[in-house]
Amino acid sequence: MMDNIFINYSLFILFLPLGAFLVQILIGKRLPRQGDWVSIGAIVITLILAIAMFVAMLLDYDPNFKQEASFTWIDMGAFSISLGFLVDNITVIMLLVVALISTCTHIFSLEYLKGDVRYSRYYAYLGLFTFSMNGIVLANNLVSMYMSWELVGVSSFLLIGHWFEKDTAADASKKAFLTNRVGDIGFFIGIMLIYTAVGSFAFGDIFEGVAAGMISGTTLTFAGVGLFLGAMGKSSQFPLHIWLPDAMEGPTPVSALMHAATMVAAGVYLSVRIFPILTPDALLFVAYIGGFTAIFAATIAITQNDIKKVLAYSTVSQLGYMILAVGTGVYTAAFFHLLTHAMFKANLFYGSGSVIHSMHHALHEKHDHDTDPQDMRNMGGFKDKMPVTYWSMLLSTLAIAGVPLFSGFLSKDAILAGTLSFAQHHPEHFLLPIFGFGAAAITAFYMFRMMFLTFHGEPQMPELMDDIHESPKEMTGPLILLGGLSVFVWYTLPYFNPISSHGWFTDLVVPKDAVVPGNLTAHEIEEGAHHAHYLAMGLSIGVAVLGIGLSILMYLKKVFSAETWGSRAGFMYDWSLNKYYFDENYNKYLYQPTLRLANKIAWIDWELYDKYFINGFGRVTDWASRVTGKFDFDAIDQTLVDGTAKLASGLGAIFKKVQTGKLQNYVLYVTAGVIVLMIIQSF
Amino acid sequence: MEHILSWLIWLPIIGMVAIAFIPRDKEDVIKITAAVTTGLQFLLTLVLWNNFDTGNGGMQFMERAEWIPSFNIAYILGVDGLSLPMAILTALLCFLGVFVSWNINKAVKGYFALFLLLDTGIMGVFLSMDFFLFYIFWEVMLLPMYFLIGMWGGPQREYAAIKFFLYTLFGSVLMLVGILGLYFTCGKTFDILELTRVAPEALQGVMWWGMSAIKVIWVLLFVGFAIKVPVFPFHTWLPLAHVEAPTAISVLLAGILLKLGVYGILRINYGLMPDGVYWFAGALAFLGLINVIWGGLCALAQKDLKKLVAYSSVNHMGYSLIGMAAIIAAGEAHGLNMKAAQAGLGGAVFQMFNHGTISAMLFILVGVIYDRAHHRDIEGFGGLASQMPIYTGITALAFFAGLGLPGLSGFISEAMCFIGAFPVFKAIVIASTIGILLNAAYFLWAFQRIFFGKLNEKYTELPEINRLELWTVVPLLVITIFFGVYPSPYLDVIAASMDNLINHVVSLATFASM
Amino acid sequence: MHDLNTYLFVAAILFSLGVFGVMTRRNGIAVLMGVELILNAANINFVAFSRFGGMNMDGHVFALLVIVLAAAEAAVALAIVINIYNNMNTINVDEASALKE
Repeated sequence: MMDNIFINYSLFILFLPLGAFLVQILIGKRLPRQGDWVSIGAIVITLILAIAMFVAMLLDYDPNFKQEASFTWIDMGAFSISLGFLVDNITVIMLLVVALISTCTHIFSLEYLKGDVRYSRYYAYLGLFTFSMNGIVLANNLVSMYMSWELVGVSSFLLIGHWFEKDTAADASKKAFLTNRVGDIGFFIGIMLIYTAVGSFAFGDIFEGVAAGMISGTTLTFAGVGLFLGAMGKSSQFPLHIWLPDAMEGPTPVSALMHAATMVAAGVYLSVRIFPILTPDALLFVAYIGGFTAIFAATIAITQNDIKKVLAYSTVSQLGYMILAVGTGVYTAAFFHLLTHAMFKANLFYGSGSVIHSMHHALHEKHDHDTDPQDMRNMGGFKDKMPVTYWSMLLSTLAIAGVPLFSGFLSKDAILAGTLSFAQHHPEHFLLPIFGFGAAAITAFYMFRMMFLTFHGEPQMPELMDDIHESPKEMTGPLILLGGLSVFVWYTLPYFNPISSHGWFTDLVVPKDAVVPGNLTAHEIEEGAHHAHYLAMGLSIGVAVLGIGLSILMYLKKVFSAETWGSRAGFMYDWSLNKYYFDENYNKYLYQPTLRLANKIAWIDWELYDKYFINGFGRVTDWASRVTGKFDFDAIDQTLVDGTAKLASGLGAIFKKVQTGKLQNYVLYVTAGVIVLMIIQSF
Repeated sequence: MEHILSWLIWLPIIGMVAIAFIPRDKEDVIKITAAVTTGLQFLLTLVLWNNFDTGNGGMQFMERAEWIPSFNIAYILGVDGLSLPMAILTALLCFLGVFVSWNINKAVKGYFALFLLLDTGIMGVFLSMDFFLFYIFWEVMLLPMYFLIGMWGGPQREYAAIKFFLYTLFGSVLMLVGILGLYFTCGKTFDILELTRVAPEALQGVMWWGMSAIKVIWVLLFVGFAIKVPVFPFHTWLPLAHVEAPTAISVLLAGILLKLGVYGILRINYGLMPDGVYWFAGALAFLGLINVIWGGLCALAQKDLKKLVAYSSVNHMGYSLIGMAAIIAAGEAHGLNMKAAQAGLGGAVFQMFNHGTISAMLFILVGVIYDRAHHRDIEGFGGLASQMPIYTGITALAFFAGLGLPGLSGFISEAMCFIGAFPVFKAIVIASTIGILLNAAYFLWAFQRIFFGKLNEKYTELPEINRLELWTVVPLLVITIFFGVYPSPYLDVIAASMDNLINHVVSLATFASM
Repeated sequence: MHDLNTYLFVAAILFSLGVFGVMTRRNGIAVLMGVELILNAANINFVAFSRFGGMNMDGHVFALLVIVLAAAEAAVALAIVINIYNNMNTINVDEASALKE
């Protein structure tokens, strides 16, 4: 019906941002307005195409829709690599998410980055990021996914380090890249394990190969865990979560785009894509990593004072949710949560950006350059000054807290139901739902804490209040749009049932059976989740109410004092505030020893091995040559050679006396000789 | 076309003679002569590439002439998929090297004369197919290098030059012994193609002092080549020579001379001693692992930028070694895994080329900053990104290429080396993936210290990279990006020859005497 | 007086005298005279062997040749002696030692 129109669209979606990147990086600075219109034009066209594809998908309404196209990239005979596109419903939805949030970020940044020294560079990197993110989304094979994966890492490096004059930003960008690389090593090993067994990089071939048993058992588990390590790096899962909070050093719109909605979701996307080959053991690993990350990050978020840090840890926690969902088998729920989370979390970041922008402006007016514009302890009472920001953020906060009628409720509920059902099947893994529900309660608590500290209560710095204004429309536009998208109805159309996620999404993204033996079938998982649905919903509403209620009591009504409870919590409060000292310990037990080892090795190499061993050869040769030289001169030359000469000259001195030069003497000798001869003859 | 290879080799000598007749104070004329000569040579290599038959894995454009018939020494030249890209790279880097050396002002005449002699030596090694001729060019290369480092180098130049010279000579001597061993056991010929045919059988069962002759000769030749690569533990001449050599010479050292080692191992060791390949592959992969880790850690600890780049060479050549070892995957013991063998060997050869362009780029960039700041201390810069944005951008790309970023050529070759070696050497490959992390760590850390942070007060006047310098880097950058996106042109050139080599090694290995 | 030995005896005495003269005299001319004596001793032998030894006329021819040779030799030698005298004011052969080390 549509031939390869999707593939054609995808080509444009992929390469338009790359084109914008190239234009910006090469001549961006010389263009009027530093070329921001080039980037925005490109991304808007991308968005239009993505919407067109999305609409086409809805019109088609085929859960099994799939188009694939590939070409040979490397061909050496036996060894060849094909790259290609895979467009199915998941891809289309993901492309739309990327294009939408990317467009919002482009527009939001017009104001947020106005007058920045590297304005055109910034847009260039956004283009590079969008290109590479779409590359991940469209990949039909592990190689091009890995390539885009790394390119996403680089764009993240460049964008986090956008204000590289600040050492913290420079450190954060490096940390992000390196931490991601740790995961990527696992990813790469996973790729190698699979390729060695299956002989292809394409997802389709891999699934077939696994189904045919070309790779199985422990090897497959390791391969799955390896690939998942890549996801852990990108999606900032424990223990590789350390880079994401630091990445908040980047401009806030970047945080919204990459570190909330899309880049970090890439790990989840990968897990969703490779779900069919994950063995039960690998899934269990995935589930525990995800579940633990969800609750672990949530406990850190409670005590953070930096508004972006709260959101960052919240993102880590939410990503943990998605990973947990993959691990417990409800991977479509993970993708659903990815979708809703992308919208509301991006919006929360834009909101925080709006607040920070305003704070920054107000502090600038007061010539105050020491106060941290991101610290919530300096805020409070912004509700009336920034109504659009407030209401938009509130919608998203309700969504993330899992309140009915909002998008987050639906996706979170699906995940929790899946987790609960998993625990019902495997009672020994009872911790997983505890992680899930616990994290949900804590999330509701700290998100409202953030809202109350920022927008409610007494202004902590009243002198700033005159200069706090609502942000301009370039910034409020995305806020209104995404705030609106936090409402449930967009995800359940054509139905309007606020407590059931049934809608176009569940119709179009249906779980498929895993190809590895031993896993539950998609149907079994769905049945289980369905049974657990009402229990999970009740519990999740319960914990959400509990979290929100506590938050209201503590921060709005101030029934309990946060300080008192904080000090009562003692070391737990300290640990949470200091992020469980992960950075410190990594530094102490990982980075510093590595550096020391490197220094030691370099010292051995240069000061010991080279200086003494290699140069030692030189010295031994030198010594040997001296000894030989001495022997040569003293013994051979002086004694033996010269001795012969001396002997000759000594004898010569004796014999030369005979040589008088007088012929007469010679005649005498001759005569004498003749006489002697005659005498001898005569005998 | 008849004698194109001879022209390639002797053209620089013609240029050298011409320079000898130019009065020493006409420096511009000398430089232009050198540029024209190397430029012509580069164009010739492109003509060669254009006429090269990629489907043919054997030798092409062969030339043969008697030279010393009484010892069966002949003047034989030839080019195949393994040597063609190296010849092109040599010509390109020599051409760019002339422009990198444009600011040389000490004894210009001597410098360029020696430079062209060096060019002839390198080209000769890649193209000669007679072992004796090969050895002569190998030595011809050494001499100008000694003077170029020793006279135009940094403060420790004499020490560096003599160390380089002696170290390499030590290797050459072992190689000579190996060559003679082959000569006398394989029917008294130096013809490499003939030896490739004869040696695998002739060496069967030959024992010397209770050891298999194959092992003895393999080790002798391997050490000779390993010093050039450089393989740990024969690597310490390299940082010193690199640091002390003038920029253009560092470029040639890293860009081409190191490749001679790998080239020699593939051409001679692999071609002549298939049994030895099986015997040594594990050790080769292990040495590769050590190169990767050791080089990476050493690079991480360096304070001198040029030394960091030098150790990165040690690190990068390690990947090549690992890839080379993968050839045995095609054997029966490993299930005739042709895919892995092709990936590994192709990756190793591709890595040679890529490291040539990338490290050349890195050394040129280090030279640029050294010319301006007069030091290379990584800690002594800071915040240069805001002062020299173009230079920063190019260096960032070069660093990313060095750390194996997809989209740049280094990634493909590294990945191919790993993918190829993985089925055979799982543990070694997994361990050496740590190298990927180390790569990123030392490059990014250095990048941060030099370019990020607040601008160092001292350098507010530092001028941006100039046009001449820019044009020496940009061609390499373009190649790096081009092959990163579209590696097929390169892989097409080498594929047939690689297949030949793999089949040769796999089919002739007998394991009888090992 | 028809005995070969008598002639040989005379020639031997002449030869010995000539050798004695060559060996002992410092005067260059005296040395030359000694040489003449030696040559003439040889001539006597030639003639004597020609007469008694059946050598026909060969001996006589050689004797004549030697006489001519002796004349030529004397001429050259005397020229040398005169040159030595001109250059060194002496004809003492011991003093003409410029070529000695």
